[in-house]
Amino acid sequence: MMWETVIGLEIHAQLATKTKIFSGASTAFGAEPNTQACAVDLGLPGVLPVVNEEAINMAIKFGLGIDAEINKVNVFERKNYFYPDLPKGYQTTQLDKPIVGAGHVDITLADGSTKTVRIHHAHLEEDAGKSLHEDYHGMSGIDLNRAGTPLIEIVTEPDINNSEEAVAFAKKLHSIVTTLGICDGNMAQGSMRFDVNISVRPKGQKELGTRTETKNLNSFKFMEAAIHKEVARQIDVLEDGGRIVQETRLYNGDTGEARSMRSKEEANDYRYFPCPDLLPVVIEESRLEKLRGEMPEMPDAKKARFVSEYSLSEVDAEILAGNQATAAFFETAAKTSGDAKLVSNWMLGEVSKALNANDTAIADSPVTAEMLAGLIARIKDNTISGNIAKKVFEALWNGEGKDADDVIEKKGLKQVTDTGAIETMIDEVLTANAQQVENYRAAPPEKRGKMIGFFVGQAMKASKGKANPGMVNQILKKKLDS
Amino acid sequence: MYDKSISEQSRALAAGEISSVELTQSYLDRIKQLDGDLNSFITVTDELALAQAKAADERRAAGNAEALTGIPLAHKDLFCTEGVKTTCASKILDNFVAPYESTVTNKFKNAGTVMLGKTNMDEFAMGSSNENSHYGAVKNPWDQTAIPGGSSGGSAAAVAAQLAAGATGTDTGGSIRQPASHCGITGLKPTYGRVSRYGMIAYASSLDQAGPMTRTAEDAAIMLNTMAGFDRRDSTCMDREVPDYTANLNDSLEGKTIGLPKEYFSTGLDSEVEQRIRDAVAEYEKLGAKVKEVSLPNLQLSIPSYYVIAPAEASTNLSRFDGARFGHRCDNPEDLMDMYKRSRSEGFGEEVKRRIIVGTYALSAGYYDAYYNKAQQIRRLIRDDFMSAFEQCDIIMGPNAPTPAFNIGEKSDDPVAMYLSDIYTLSVNLAGLPGMSVPAGIVNGRPVGLQMIGRHFDESTLLNAAHRFQQETDFHLATPFTAA
Repeated sequence: MMWETVIGLEIHAQLATKTKIFSGASTAFGAEPNTQACAVDLGLPGVLPVVNEEAINMAIKFGLGIDAEINKVNVFERKNYFYPDLPKGYQTTQLDKPIVGAGHVDITLADGSTKTVRIHHAHLEEDAGKSLHEDYHGMSGIDLNRAGTPLIEIVTEPDINNSEEAVAFAKKLHSIVTTLGICDGNMAQGSMRFDVNISVRPKGQKELGTRTETKNLNSFKFMEAAIHKEVARQIDVLEDGGRIVQETRLYNGDTGEARSMRSKEEANDYRYFPCPDLLPVVIEESRLEKLRGEMPEMPDAKKARFVSEYSLSEVDAEILAGNQATAAFFETAAKTSGDAKLVSNWMLGEVSKALNANDTAIADSPVTAEMLAGLIARIKDNTISGNIAKKVFEALWNGEGKDADDVIEKKGLKQVTDTGAIETMIDEVLTANAQQVENYRAAPPEKRGKMIGFFVGQAMKASKGKANPGMVNQILKKKLDS
Repeated sequence: MYDKSISEQSRALAAGEISSVELTQSYLDRIKQLDGDLNSFITVTDELALAQAKAADERRAAGNAEALTGIPLAHKDLFCTEGVKTTCASKILDNFVAPYESTVTNKFKNAGTVMLGKTNMDEFAMGSSNENSHYGAVKNPWDQTAIPGGSSGGSAAAVAAQLAAGATGTDTGGSIRQPASHCGITGLKPTYGRVSRYGMIAYASSLDQAGPMTRTAEDAAIMLNTMAGFDRRDSTCMDREVPDYTANLNDSLEGKTIGLPKEYFSTGLDSEVEQRIRDAVAEYEKLGAKVKEVSLPNLQLSIPSYYVIAPAEASTNLSRFDGARFGHRCDNPEDLMDMYKRSRSEGFGEEVKRRIIVGTYALSAGYYDAYYNKAQQIRRLIRDDFMSAFEQCDIIMGPNAPTPAFNIGEKSDDPVAMYLSDIYTLSVNLAGLPGMSVPAGIVNGRPVGLQMIGRHFDESTLLNAAHRFQQETDFHLATPFTAA
């Protein structure tokens, strides 16, 4: 039987506010346990929440960024359940009247096709603390530093049909929130966490199959693997005549194992109701206008501009426009060097390779956009060859010079373009390889093209790579064919 | 001097006739002497009080005194007070020392008042008799077989017995007005949003409001001047100018219209109580006010509405008392669920458990619309009723309670009967209006108070009317001691 996969995502993104959503405590990551939890975060008797207006602004910007309706009156509710890392015994969140209504995110797939994923809504809520189960001799430790960190929970419609689309969507969403500057996008620290709802159904069937939810995936790679695994599991169960149990599942990215966490039958009645400590959030048109004016260029618009302004391909533009820092790096280097195409090639090649190999963010790249532009300028004016440029790049990455010219000067990598010098060098090569010269001359013209490569190689080697390869080729041909 | 009003004490302190240390000591002596029987205090802060009194005297000597500097007050034990035990009269908070100060008590601190201690109350402010306290029932100073009213029963009894010059209370469904009425003192519940709730341990967040409990309307105005005002830490506190509540106390009542809701004078009201109220209204007519019958047609619905909304909010407000971070934790919990269940079962009293269960039920899936939503709709109707009534009058008057204080133990096995006695006060909280109780006479040795209800943020009119009444009558001057 042919199966069709249906996927909906719920994404929790931590908003990049300085302070918590309902208190003045800091949201910085990595502090000593419980040092960033004030009386409000601890849920002490008598304390009251006050909404962080910056969190509201960020949620509005998200809504504007995905063409969504902004609900001008939105309401915080209490979701009631007991858990040690939930200090008040309820989470303050939004349910019936979320701040962001229906919107959409468009994704581009590897084959160049596009797809629209509808967003059902996005709402604001507070994060919980963390339970620590190790090192406490059979007891649990609670760290409430994260309690009260503002989150925006983004809920999609079930518009996604495979892991490639899911990952493309996740990356696009990452790009949207980081472009907006409302989330630092640091997935390893949990700044963005994905819950994946998966069901399968026989191809052609209208009604949806029973779904499972795999929670808290914090890397694109894990998400892809978890989807593959769960889809295969569900198809196996169904093909064996079984049925899918609606449940919450956990996927361990390190081991690749997935397991059931709890079934829906044990689900809590959360007894949602409007939080009486908070008034409805009323958003005036003037506030929306102001925020519209502060909106950055969104990834889709930027991509379109990169295609038209810099003549990049759709695929290259998608990557370079996808991340605020990458896009800024590209534009600076393109404008400074005047060769967008070459910058694009370098960024998708050497720069990207070095960043990945060293696990470095582009914002922290030791080779700045200006340095890359300087390097490209030296390729264009024939000071160095493409191959030498790679060496210069490596040296710049390792901090061996303040810019390309500095490295070229220090290492004596300047390209030799003096015809006389190249001719002398070639004469030496030809003399030293008299037999090959004879063979060449004896060969029919159609075979010579390949054979000349040997002499080019020898000549470049003799010049330590500094001879202009075009000139070497030209002079060799002239001398051998005459 | 302990038998004098705050305004009189303030003048005596200013004139140097008495020091705050002397005044404070006189109250501490009386508490020692009388409160063993009354049980109006949970915690007496002798040392702190004398230190604050000394500081107040020094401040006065330095010329920086305010009206309340050096005045000894008592605070209901649900205001968090830094470094001083705050119990909410619950076993679950028996060991809780707040690490921060509530906005209200902090304002009194800044004004230089002296804190004598923390007063007894119904546990988590749930009750109308002050019998629901982990620390035992409070007795009515007028008749120790009677309840003092609740939930601010300790504050009311302390002021009536002259164990404090004034006290703070909180009122969620009548918890300032009803005990003030039963103890023969003056109590004001301000408009919802007039006084910050920050640091007040919440019972029902959309209804709770703090206010003064004093011997005179003038004293209530002086205390409200300090309590009222915007607080950025309470989102429901209104950013609205605070008038000087003492400025209009003597204004003429000529031309004011008093509305008497016919529903306040129907079946269930004790005839003697009704007579005291009608006599008081007649006094207002002498002062130039006109009297008019008005109607609050949905009054009866205020009881079911309140007893859904308040427990619903309470059921989640009280979730934080889980034994994890503060307060009572059961011995040797087997696991997490055991810790929650036993800590809460052991820590909460019967009435609190009852309301948590009622509230949890009302918010449950499948019942939410029938209970919580319906109660909110009724709440809007009740508010609309008041708005219509205030188109015809300036102040609404009536009783606070159907009878004078009942006997300790009389209704403690019948929660519904207890709830029904809140009929005249609940609607005011549901509508968010200011309400007040002023002494209006005695029935069978137990005081009766006149309730006055005003427009939103019109505390000035209530205080003005109460003060003028107290200029013409001496009900507020009667004390358990002069009566005996």
